[in-house]
Amino acid sequence: MTGGRILAVTVPKWGMAMEEGTVTAWHVEEGAPVAEGDEVLDVESTKIANAIEARAGGVLRRRVAAVGATLPVGGLLAVIAGEDVSDEEIDGFVSGFAVEAAADDAGESGPALRFADAGGRRIRHVAHGEGGEPLVLVHGFGGDMNAWMFNQAALAADRAVHALDLPGHGGSSKDVGDGGLDVLASAVGAVMDAADAARCHLAGHSLGGAAALQAALDRPERAASLTLIAPVGLGPEIDGGYIAGFVAARRRKEMKPLAERLFADPSLVTRAFVEGLLRSKRIDGVDAALAAIASRLFADGRQTLDLAARASGLGLPVQVLWGAADAIVPAAHARRLEGATVRILEGAGHMPMMEKASEANRLIAAFAR
Amino acid sequence: MARVISMRKAINEALFQVMEEDPTVILLGEDIAGGEGSPGDDDAWGGDMGITKGLQPRFGKERVMDTPISESAIIGTAVGAATSGLRPVAELMFVDFMGVCFDQIMNQAAKFRYMFGGKARTPVVIRTQIGAGYNAAAQHSQCLYPVFAHIPGIKCVVPSSAYDAKGLLIQAVRDDDPVIFFEHKVLYDEVRDDVPEEMYAVPFGEANIVREGSDCTIVAIARMVHKAGEAAEALAGEGVECEIVDPRTISPLDEDAILESVEQTGRLVVVDEAYPRCNMAADIAALAAREAFGALRAPVRTVSPPHTPVPFAPELEAAFIPSAGKIADAVRRTVGYAA
Repeated sequence: MTGGRILAVTVPKWGMAMEEGTVTAWHVEEGAPVAEGDEVLDVESTKIANAIEARAGGVLRRRVAAVGATLPVGGLLAVIAGEDVSDEEIDGFVSGFAVEAAADDAGESGPALRFADAGGRRIRHVAHGEGGEPLVLVHGFGGDMNAWMFNQAALAADRAVHALDLPGHGGSSKDVGDGGLDVLASAVGAVMDAADAARCHLAGHSLGGAAALQAALDRPERAASLTLIAPVGLGPEIDGGYIAGFVAARRRKEMKPLAERLFADPSLVTRAFVEGLLRSKRIDGVDAALAAIASRLFADGRQTLDLAARASGLGLPVQVLWGAADAIVPAAHARRLEGATVRILEGAGHMPMMEKASEANRLIAAFAR
Repeated sequence: MARVISMRKAINEALFQVMEEDPTVILLGEDIAGGEGSPGDDDAWGGDMGITKGLQPRFGKERVMDTPISESAIIGTAVGAATSGLRPVAELMFVDFMGVCFDQIMNQAAKFRYMFGGKARTPVVIRTQIGAGYNAAAQHSQCLYPVFAHIPGIKCVVPSSAYDAKGLLIQAVRDDDPVIFFEHKVLYDEVRDDVPEEMYAVPFGEANIVREGSDCTIVAIARMVHKAGEAAEALAGEGVECEIVDPRTISPLDEDAILESVEQTGRLVVVDEAYPRCNMAADIAALAAREAFGALRAPVRTVSPPHTPVPFAPELEAAFIPSAGKIADAVRRTVGYAA
């Protein structure tokens, strides 16, 4: 890093509900060099913990927050700068930064929720960043836009990144019709339209992978690339017990063991993560919508969709990311997409974009060009 | 999601939504609109705390009824209407006034399903305020929910957050049994959190693990959940990690969640703003002693007010209410216990 640039490492906003983060570990000593992408420290929100990476290289000039310290979103954790920047300048940056953070407290945090219309269904979505060829993120079965809490802002440095709630999920209409893929794909299309660009890149996880793929098949001229993360629709196998259990679960005790199946490291599942899943399921109409989708697409513990053959003829760049330890949909399905770039992420389960967020972000950013 | 509102607004919104959804839902209580029968503006009050504001203009005087100052008339009407097809939500301003209409709750509403062989249902909700901290003196400040938890046939709800208040009130209205919904008056404005705009129901008998920790379980009710949170923050600075369990409903009580937590931490402190004799703290302490004795590494401690009426003098009232400091002390003694 040259030219006296000073880079702030701040508490990220992982999901709309996140207000503060706590430092749990430092990985870089003060005065040590860091390269772009190096993990600098670990931060924990009430929902989940993750590493924070350097956005650019330099020297870790200052650790501003000690282990155990809790800071608001946007609060200053560390300062990265070149050797040529004086200690006085760093001091000035740190004290000046605190003022900015305090002034920001009064305002609304995070981008505004927006609503698109998909055939009369209200589709909630939110955008980070602006410009470029937009990227649209599509969550999986039973989730919502918060599935991308580690990804959306990180991918939005040089482009608009939209995340939506599929029909039957989150803040979108709970009407899923017959539970088929078309209704879900039309919601993706509506958000592509709302993104207001000639073409969009698409990234979808699990059920959202199939929805994104269907949306690309419906309007291939509007899709620039497709990243499928542990998608359904590429083979018959799926953990039917997970699907049935998730639809039926009402209580923490029922949900926690299911949530643990999503990750290679089950200790990542906090009570707040489980509560988040339950909160989403408690909303009127969600359980009925999930049951309709499950009975249509995952009847009797098997996937009824097979998009592999159609997807292979799509004529778009397609990338497939899969956690090696995926217990819900087998990673072997990745090989069924001819011509796709396949990346298997070690140490990740069915949620690689959370469990291996940095790696997934790098792969998505590099591919969606 | 991502919409932070007060418990006051959350309860008001839940009432709006259940009335929109179900035409059999009616509201009745003193001044819940404002001064019926006297000169002045309609909907001037919206209840003494403004919780029901805006409901009468939207749903009309047929469904949102100002009543005379007669607790037995309010509750008698509500219970009777519930047995004959409506879903009344009665507001009985302060729990302290329940004595006036207690037979209708304890011997009538609570007994119908049982005494009529399961053929009668009484889907009545009684909303009422509890708690000290408003400097409202001995007859307007009590936490009498243990009196109702004592009686089979009544469900007792004690929300501590705006999210829970909305979801539990929607569940209460949909429930086919009598439910008493205890609202801590200090929390109306003191508590603000994320509340979905959509309708959702939080099930009864499902505790919320407010905070995870491995050293000591704190079970706390209503406003005490927040006092326990303050204590847990202070204790975390000393290296003591508390797990806070909020039962959300005390009847039914999520015994499993409490015992599961105690089995992991081996220590229990119960915080209850109700008077100490026969309160929920005593009940939950007995539960742990009976069912988790082998897991306990220290005697169970309870933090409750003294056995005295709620004082009017502000200094004495403040001393009466269990504080974060008293809770933290109880946890320190529990964690520091050596057999």
